[in-house]
Amino acid sequence: MKFESLAFLVGGVALVLVLALTVLAPWVAPYVPTDQHVLDRLKPPSGRFLLGTDQYGRDLLSRTLVGGRAALVLGVGAVLLGLSLGVPIGLTAGYFGGRLDDVVMRLVDAMLAFPALLLALLIITALGASTGHALLAIGVANVPGIARIVRSVTLSLREAEFVLAAGARGEGHLYVMFGEIFPNVLPSVVVEATIRIGFAILAGASLSFLGLGVQPPQADWGVMIREARQYAFESSWPMVAPGVALGVTIIAFNLFGDGLRDRLGAA
Amino acid sequence: MPPPLLDVRNLSVHFGTREGPLRALRDVSLSVAPGETFGLAGESGSGKTTLGYAILRALARNARVTSGEIRFEGRDLLGLGGAEIRRIRGRRIAMVYQDPKSALNPTMTVGRQIAEVLEIHERQPARGARARAHELLELVNISDPASAARRYPHQLSGGMQQRVVIAMALAGGPSLLILDEPTTGLDVTTQAQVLMSIGDLRRRVGAAILYISHDLAVIAQVADRVGVLYAGELVEVAPTARLFAHRAHPYTRGLLEALPDLDGTSGLTPIEGRSPRLTEIPTGCVFAARCDFAEAACSVAPVPLVDVANGARVRCLRWQAVLATPRRAVAVARTSADAARDTPLLEVEHVRKYFGGSTALARRLGLGTRPVRAVDDVSFDVRRDETMALVGESGCGKTTLGRLAVRLLRPTAGHVRFFAPKPTDAQIVFQHPDSSLNPMKRVGRSLGRPLVLLGVPRRERRRRVEELLESVRLDASYVDRLPRELSGGEKQRVAIARAVAMSPRFVVLDEPVSALDVSTQASIVRLLMRLRRALRASYLMISHDLSLVRHIADRVGVMYLGRLVELGTVEDVFHPPSHPYTRALLSAVPRVGPRGSLAVIRLEGGVPSAQNPPAGCRFHTRCPDRIGRICEETEPPLRRVSATHWIACHIPVDELREKP
Repeated sequence: MKFESLAFLVGGVALVLVLALTVLAPWVAPYVPTDQHVLDRLKPPSGRFLLGTDQYGRDLLSRTLVGGRAALVLGVGAVLLGLSLGVPIGLTAGYFGGRLDDVVMRLVDAMLAFPALLLALLIITALGASTGHALLAIGVANVPGIARIVRSVTLSLREAEFVLAAGARGEGHLYVMFGEIFPNVLPSVVVEATIRIGFAILAGASLSFLGLGVQPPQADWGVMIREARQYAFESSWPMVAPGVALGVTIIAFNLFGDGLRDRLGAA
Repeated sequence: MPPPLLDVRNLSVHFGTREGPLRALRDVSLSVAPGETFGLAGESGSGKTTLGYAILRALARNARVTSGEIRFEGRDLLGLGGAEIRRIRGRRIAMVYQDPKSALNPTMTVGRQIAEVLEIHERQPARGARARAHELLELVNISDPASAARRYPHQLSGGMQQRVVIAMALAGGPSLLILDEPTTGLDVTTQAQVLMSIGDLRRRVGAAILYISHDLAVIAQVADRVGVLYAGELVEVAPTARLFAHRAHPYTRGLLEALPDLDGTSGLTPIEGRSPRLTEIPTGCVFAARCDFAEAACSVAPVPLVDVANGARVRCLRWQAVLATPRRAVAVARTSADAARDTPLLEVEHVRKYFGGSTALARRLGLGTRPVRAVDDVSFDVRRDETMALVGESGCGKTTLGRLAVRLLRPTAGHVRFFAPKPTDAQIVFQHPDSSLNPMKRVGRSLGRPLVLLGVPRRERRRRVEELLESVRLDASYVDRLPRELSGGEKQRVAIARAVAMSPRFVVLDEPVSALDVSTQASIVRLLMRLRRALRASYLMISHDLSLVRHIADRVGVMYLGRLVELGTVEDVFHPPSHPYTRALLSAVPRVGPRGSLAVIRLEGGVPSAQNPPAGCRFHTRCPDRIGRICEETEPPLRRVSATHWIACHIPVDELREKP
């Protein structure tokens, strides 16, 4: 088997595993993630607590499993939000071209020039820290990148003969954009979105780590790492468990996205 | 006879695919003598390029040579190791591919690139290499090698680029040159220059040439002997003159009858059906399913290659019958003269279309660039029920004019008037089958959409889609197919059906068959002509193929650098040609038969820039007949020389008509 196919397979399997465990978390988790076992604080892995416990004696396995839900909701939600704005912007700019394209793309460039995390921080500072606002912030930060990719694919299709033929039979702009061009942009969008979900999860975890996203005591990987930091010298398990989960999830999305790119022949 | 330089014996090549072995070449034997030019003809999928790669031992990784040998200069190439084959590649055997742009490095001057080959292969010092590079450029008829050597590839015309690539291939002093479609994609005038250079090469260098092409007329011009490949088998080999005079294989015969000739007397007879899938080769003759001569015995056992005459061999059981059957004459009905044909349907009046160019501010600041004058003051009309053609070299503005005619573009100045009830009564069919259909949409949806626009109710649409498919000779099973599951010809049929769905009165055909195989071309052309009569529509056909235009157009406009230089009926313009440019174009068309009285006129150089067209007559920089200052200073108007014929030239029309 070629290396690329192997990577795609590994990514896909890991992704299915992560998704299944996260969706089934409440049923799979051995304990309620917020239950405190006061006598078993900062325990290393054992038969009772497979990944050990944190400073309040909460089961790390349960918290990591359930914490994945917040991370995925944040990541997927943010990218969907980014798509819902970025796709129409990119299609419009690429399809109409000219002055409109110039103006829209300079605005997009200005947004891209701004570090995404900083942009997210600004939005949250203005709106207040909460899961919803973190999702909004990361979503908006994803818009310019998505718009750019959609625009460049659109631009390459604008002069395609099937698009010209649609013009010749009197189709409206909306139909040409969404009926003719969009289906051909879709593979690239799917690939891009998959890879972006991985990074959006990381961004979400970063915001939660800074205390600007998911709020304790709700289980979340960013929150878990933040809380574990103070006890890092007494026990590394509270940090390792969510860290590894985060890493595996992001790599899974990336490998899967790359493999998808080869398979869909996307740009 | 001297021992052959290249001797391919019983070569079979298979490609491993998911559907099992794809048998691209089967039992192919051919030989090329030293200094000989062997033409290998075949349509797409015939295996001609695979053979070229097999000789160079450059086959794809999933390819396997299952039998046979390739002897070159007495050695079996298939048995050589990697280091030995690398010593032969480039030095003893060199290959030139279709697209010169991808063969040249855009960041290096062409002189440097040739010298580099010499330094690597011949270990020549830089100084000697430069002088030798100039010699090589001269060998391929580049008139000022020193100045050409200093240029970058993009500064040269397509024909010059291809000649540079050939010069580069000659650098190692090969005894065999493999040319794979070296003139495909070039204009006829440029093609004529390249073919001329290739012809001269044989005399001057003495290298043998394996000339691979789909174009029989080109092969007829350059080759000493011809081999015809069909679906991976060599079906006929013969000396060139013999092959074109006595075609013994039904496929060769079919190909030649499909090819339109310039006199309008033969051609455009399609070969029905399609090539067999190379994963499912039939037992007997591979051509039997499409053959008019086939009988039961043909499909029973593999057909051997038999001797027909000295040096002529054919893989056909019925070759005697084929030889004895007279050729078919052409049967494409042009439009009959008709009163309706005097009424204009489309009027183009003093239309100009400029692209790019700077804003007024930039011009004032001296930063301006001139616009490209794609179409520069053109007037003509298309009448009801006729086929009007526009011809000219690439970049002459014919495609832009076609798009202006269907309002895909707005003119910079002038008017396009269309006398039909609805704007959508004008439709367009494009050149590239691959991009004319939306790759993500099934055929049924592509064809259903125009019906939605016309307000056809949902329950009738399916039936209408099937009718449309039927009208382009495709069955209902195509409804659920994606474009990638169709052949080039089938895609073009669907694209035509999509235009026909709007019941147009006027259709622009922008090179509708030039990307298709000859046998497919003929059937698409016939389909188009039949549909035109059924729709009672007019066509504006844009084409670089003068032979095709000769066959199907009623009137023709010849364009050069954004202008019409001649306009008239096909008879007026072609028979005999009078404008110097039209004559040059016609004389450059390669032909299978004798050339007749038409002298070969070689146009020097490429088409000048449309950003900065020459003053006076735009053609004067290349015109072999220019008469002096008037040509350089005054632009000739399009003058009426007969009831139907207009010419833009300073030379009096009587003199033009008398030229040989």
